[in-house]
Amino acid sequence: MKYIDPHVHMVSRTTDDYQRMALAGCIAITEPAFWAGFDRSSAQGFFDYYRQLTEYEPRRAALFGIQHFTWLCINPKEADDPGFAREVIALILDFLKCDNVLGIGEIGLNKNTKNEKIILEEQIALAEKYNQLVLVHTPHLEDKRKGTRLIMDALSASKIDPGRILIDHVEEHTVAEVLDRGFWAGMTLYPDTKMTPQRATDVIEMYGSERIWMNSAGDWGCSDPLAVPKARIEMSRRGHHMSLIDKVTLDNPRTFLSQSEKFVLKAE
Amino acid sequence: MAETGFSCPQTREQVINMYFLEHRAKLLDVAAFLDRLDRASPTASNVDFREAALNEAVRILVDGQPQRAKRILDLLSDSTTEIPQSAHGMKGASGAVRGNSGGAS
Repeated sequence: MKYIDPHVHMVSRTTDDYQRMALAGCIAITEPAFWAGFDRSSAQGFFDYYRQLTEYEPRRAALFGIQHFTWLCINPKEADDPGFAREVIALILDFLKCDNVLGIGEIGLNKNTKNEKIILEEQIALAEKYNQLVLVHTPHLEDKRKGTRLIMDALSASKIDPGRILIDHVEEHTVAEVLDRGFWAGMTLYPDTKMTPQRATDVIEMYGSERIWMNSAGDWGCSDPLAVPKARIEMSRRGHHMSLIDKVTLDNPRTFLSQSEKFVLKAE
Repeated sequence: MAETGFSCPQTREQVINMYFLEHRAKLLDVAAFLDRLDRASPTASNVDFREAALNEAVRILVDGQPQRAKRILDLLSDSTTEIPQSAHGMKGASGAVRGNSGGAS
């Protein structure tokens, strides 16, 4: 069995986790830039983080035969200060040339503020100008539905093909609108606060398997880097065909990510 | 978006056999949480908005209508359209909305 975890924050995980993911069949991951659990005190902190994502993590993943790809941005939680955010965005350009950078992400909104939205729009413009794929973070909890709609409106105001944008962390109340508007949808599998493998399987049963994937978003919180293979088991024990399981955990991520010429799987 | 023709490949009996114990336990967790709230000393005269939201969500659970998960998430969602300038001074997400009375999608 092979799978791709298209959203996992390995900088927060141990090398043991890479090993366990490889043993479970993970052949590739993509790692969006995100909030580290604390606000960085300077743009230089992001420069070092981008080096970690483009130089160090690919080597650590390769020790276990996992290909490592990444996305760069300033995350929405640290984007509420536009001046600071622009300093960080200015650093991204050089890193976009790196072999494992697939696009801009995970951009979006956190508290649905005007400041966050300004920076979201500037990063959308960056993706449009440099023809980058886009990975979108949507707010959690009560802010999600409103934030998802604001984000989709901002994306729709750009010229980026919605088929090159994945909107992540969808749940039952946002997935239909995301798919209806032509975007890809990601389901984040979290032990407590987000989707469970059971609910993600329910969503596939209700809304189908087109333009949708699952990811663990494993990070520094209570999260599970093996969430995707656990979802595969959940689908299997319900009696879903292996072709459907492979579609949402391997084929769909590969299809979306292959829109970047940098995404070439060695294992195939 | 309408639901597709996909469905759960199991029979109702198979679904119950597979999931009943797990969800029995989760239901007991909710029941015990509500009992705990009853036993706790009140700190204000009004019911906390999160407790009120939970009570309303429980009614959705037993109304016999489809899309319970979506409707509960809608109930717990911010329905306002205002956009504040900055997050400065804002509290973290709480999972429910103060004064929300419907959460229509």
